[in-house]
Amino acid sequence: MIDRETVKNVAKLARLGMSEEEITVFGDQLSVILQNIAILQEADVSGVSPTSHASRLTNVMREDIPQPSYAPELLLANAPAQEDNCLKVRAVLEGEA
Amino acid sequence: MAELYKLTIAEAGDLLRQKKISSVELTRAHLERIRALDDKVKAFTLVTDDLAMKQAQEADLHFQRGDAVSPLTGIPIAIKDVICTRGITTTCGSNMLKNFKPPFDATVMERLNAIGAVMVGKTNMDEFAMGSSTEHSAFFPTHNPWDLERAPGGSSGGSAAAVAAGMAMGSYGSDTGGSIRQPAALCNVVGLKPTYGRVSRFGLVAFASSLDQIGPFARSARDAAILLQAVAGPDSRDSTSSYKPVPDYSAALKGNIKGMRIGVPEEYWVEGTQPGVVAAVRQDIEKLRELGAEVSEVSLPHTKYGVSAYYIIAPAEASANLARYDGVKYGYSYRDTDDMWEALEQTREHGFGQEVKRRIMLGTYALSSGYYDAYYKQAEKVRALITQDFDRAFERFDVLASPATPSVAFRLGEISDPYEMYLQDVFTIPANLAGICGISIPGGFSNGLPVGLQLLGNIFAEDVILRVADAFERVTDYHKQWPEALAYA
Repeated sequence: MIDRETVKNVAKLARLGMSEEEITVFGDQLSVILQNIAILQEADVSGVSPTSHASRLTNVMREDIPQPSYAPELLLANAPAQEDNCLKVRAVLEGEA
Repeated sequence: MAELYKLTIAEAGDLLRQKKISSVELTRAHLERIRALDDKVKAFTLVTDDLAMKQAQEADLHFQRGDAVSPLTGIPIAIKDVICTRGITTTCGSNMLKNFKPPFDATVMERLNAIGAVMVGKTNMDEFAMGSSTEHSAFFPTHNPWDLERAPGGSSGGSAAAVAAGMAMGSYGSDTGGSIRQPAALCNVVGLKPTYGRVSRFGLVAFASSLDQIGPFARSARDAAILLQAVAGPDSRDSTSSYKPVPDYSAALKGNIKGMRIGVPEEYWVEGTQPGVVAAVRQDIEKLRELGAEVSEVSLPHTKYGVSAYYIIAPAEASANLARYDGVKYGYSYRDTDDMWEALEQTREHGFGQEVKRRIMLGTYALSSGYYDAYYKQAEKVRALITQDFDRAFERFDVLASPATPSVAFRLGEISDPYEMYLQDVFTIPANLAGICGISIPGGFSNGLPVGLQLLGNIFAEDVILRVADAFERVTDYHKQWPEALAYA
């Protein structure tokens, strides 16, 4: 049901690196899961609007009250790389076109 | 006096306020219990002894001064490692967050700290709360105190096991599809999933945001009421938290359920449910009838679609929520390349475990072009149908009663097929999809292993399900049983 190409394509969309072995295993497992949940297609949903949340709330509004923010040092304490109080990332726009 | 670790929160609170015991003594008793047993149970990812003793001393000062205190002041509790604790490692059971120290407290932690609760540690869980056994923890599985070769359930298995083994008087977990109620059932403790929006999710590391709720584990309904009271209520930092007033849950435990209308969903007795579980829960429902409840059958016709809808919606939301783990801001980061895309893909390949990857893949697939309508949109419509089932049922009934799980605790390693593991949550998932509240309470034993009785209530009817749970406990002693397996551990 889910072939290797589909697995690779979905992994790419999810930005998930994957070994050759994992591609095979996930292909098989996802196929089994999707077969099992295929029953979903049998449900008669005519005239039903999709529900995306369970809170049954409409929008909640509150005053926008300015508050002190966290110190940059605190927020950067878990960062793997930083420079001048900024997150340091690898070049995004350089390299091969 | 009984051993300190055997007290309930309500009992210990009385003794603390009467100054017959101190929080330091109470906390030390639980830390000793952890030292003696957790090598075998492995409920904790981190034991915070020093912090706990400091908090206990502070609590004792309040008692000595006669300050106004909360029923949780000085009470040793455990926190699932998915709830952010400021400056204290919060791993989510994942290598991705192995060394992550949150710069802030979750709202529930702020509230617990403000009333002087004592935190003894952070508890083990399936990675990012995805799983039903704690076997998907990146670090180690937790063992069921009732049989150390069996799983405690999950994903909040550590929180359930800690309370079952007397290593904490109560604990908090999170429930997205059954992650509080299923381990509570397997470990013979009370586990409550509140109504969506009753407890703030701020600082709860997100799995599936439209389903996640934080809730308590305890050894009695009364204790669960105390633990829920402490954290329930609105929070400006969670726009889905409700401003509906929070009732006094302890006051709702009146003991009388005469005339209470209890529905028994006929679809919750599916083939494959263990006969021992069915027998125990049927007997439990008879007890409720003897207590004066009006019991009759009800149909929730879309139940059979619950697991399928859930395994589209939850992974879809997870695939979006877990996109934040990019190795840039915090968490594990693959450093051995200069290429941005390679770093991103390698970070996620090495940082996530198998179950998390499986769900990210499933969710990404369901949301991808060409499949969105067939899977995600269809699942959202089925979700609406399941919600309507409950709306109709609660027009006629106050509470719905069923088994919490299809089986008693299974052996560690016994369930290797991912989909088979997903079926553990067949009776708990619908409540998350509909946003209603539910509780699992000790409902008897099958071959010496605990069986959970699930009571589902309408939205914001936590007081009602707690009242039924408490009335049931007054005529049963299942919740007072201690796991014998630990005595020989």
